[in-house]
Amino acid sequence: MTAARSSSARFGAAPSKATARLILVITAILFLLPIVAMGIFTFRANGGGYTVGHYLDLFNPALEFNYDVLFQGIQNSLILCVITAAIILLLMVPTMVLIEMRYPKLRRIMEFICLVPVTIPTIVLVVGLVPTYSVVAQLLGSDAWTLAFAIGVIALPYAYRPVAVNIAAVDVRTLTEAARSLGAGYLSIMWRVILPNLRRGIIAAAFITITVVLGEYTIATFLGRTTFQTGLVQVEHGDPYVAIIFALLALLFGFVILLIIGRVGSIRPKNKD
Amino acid sequence: MTSLAQSRGAGETLRRRGAPADRRAGSGAGVAAGWIGLVPFGVYALLFLAIPAVLAIASGFFTVNGQFTLANFDTFADPTTQKDIIGSVGLSAVTAVVGAIAGAIICYALLSMRPDGWIRTIVDSASSVFAQFGGVMLAFAFIATMGNTGLIGIIINGLFGDNAYTSPLYTVPGLVPVYLFFQIPLMVLTFMPAMEALKPAWGEAVATLGGTRRTYWWRVGIPVLAPAFFGCTILLFANSFSSFATAAALISQGGLISLDIFRASTSETVIGHANEAGSLALAMVVVMVVLMSAYGALQRRAAKWGDR
Repeated sequence: MTAARSSSARFGAAPSKATARLILVITAILFLLPIVAMGIFTFRANGGGYTVGHYLDLFNPALEFNYDVLFQGIQNSLILCVITAAIILLLMVPTMVLIEMRYPKLRRIMEFICLVPVTIPTIVLVVGLVPTYSVVAQLLGSDAWTLAFAIGVIALPYAYRPVAVNIAAVDVRTLTEAARSLGAGYLSIMWRVILPNLRRGIIAAAFITITVVLGEYTIATFLGRTTFQTGLVQVEHGDPYVAIIFALLALLFGFVILLIIGRVGSIRPKNKD
Repeated sequence: MTSLAQSRGAGETLRRRGAPADRRAGSGAGVAAGWIGLVPFGVYALLFLAIPAVLAIASGFFTVNGQFTLANFDTFADPTTQKDIIGSVGLSAVTAVVGAIAGAIICYALLSMRPDGWIRTIVDSASSVFAQFGGVMLAFAFIATMGNTGLIGIIINGLFGDNAYTSPLYTVPGLVPVYLFFQIPLMVLTFMPAMEALKPAWGEAVATLGGTRRTYWWRVGIPVLAPAFFGCTILLFANSFSSFATAAALISQGGLISLDIFRASTSETVIGHANEAGSLALAMVVVMVVLMSAYGALQRRAAKWGDR
């Protein structure tokens, strides 16, 4: 209360710098606590005391068998990243551009489809994915890469947003008409005019898709496939230290990816304003 | 991990621009080629979104042999299911309310930081990691913090002697702090746009008319932000209600409706229970549709101030 009184010269919503800093420092400490705890945990020796042994275990051939499932999961998840990103970039993005260029009336339908996975959560969708994948397995086999189709669906809401915001900002129709009046065909317009203008949205969509794939657990565990997350959970039962080393690394990796998206997104094109 | 709703903003942006009249001038062949271009995504959405969604909901009405039945809904008379629904609702309500209040306070503090500064970028990225990426890894972070051999355990055992600490982590109430670590960041991500839409001119107007900051908050800030705040609280509830990975990594028995769906779905050998996952999934969809409709309505109410 004294803070509010002493700052009566200010008006509007923003708090004083001191109040804001206090709140943010408390938040930072609370949210860093589990991350720091993870870091400390990875150096804890089994019987008490501290050791770097858990990091060395990763390179110990005698223990390799224990971590096989995790390394297999990481490999599968990396393949899934590539295929899922391809689904987003080769199916969702061109469809959104085509709708913007030729069928703007379908925009609402596209938005609806891409946002459905918000209302029908993964835990529900996966109940129907189990029978769907018994058919998929007959056609394409039951390798982990087939999960990309399902994970692509749950990535839609995340990937849709940056691309939609980017499309709204560049006026695809005017660009298209300008290019057409200069004699360009549709493929040429798409490749040489539209895609370069949507670069930021597309990069953000690809990166966010990668974080969705790497963080995905529900689908993989329902369908019994080995991915990074299911590998982590299995390894955690036998060797929590190694599981937490990888979880910590993945959290930091995710943070860096999202930081890049944040910086890419915050550099606004100057020509608009 | 779900995450929801930032996506909602995109549609608003698009709509505001307004669709120009359709000045399509393509040749007949071009139009046909265009429609064909829509087919691959349409087929994909049909096969991996529409069909699984319908199968998930419809399977609750059938036996494993494909005969129509309502027997799967008997599960709602089962005391275990009822207890787990109460568990899910309770966990979601507590973490939604606490998460919304804490998140709003953080948004309030962020108002005095530069929108394009590095603090905002870090907070946004960290919020996305916790809110959307975390899942299993967040569960592990809490094993390292509050687990039986976690940091807090070591400190308490050090102070009060060995075995003084019993971890509360592997029960439903123990999930509250874990869930807050994705609920608070989700609140920051979804509520911040509403906070930023508060116009500086309103503060100046209140000050010119002799109002204090307290007047400003009671007469302007809180009334303007209320629809967005309640909308985001509902979104947080939905987020917690439908989340699975964090709970599954910590709790091996039931206790939550999402864990029950997993158990029912993977125990297909138990005759008569296989399609109970479908009826539980249907119940969850009904709850989600109601929640998301309420969220959508409150967001539209909140957007009233944004467009001026």
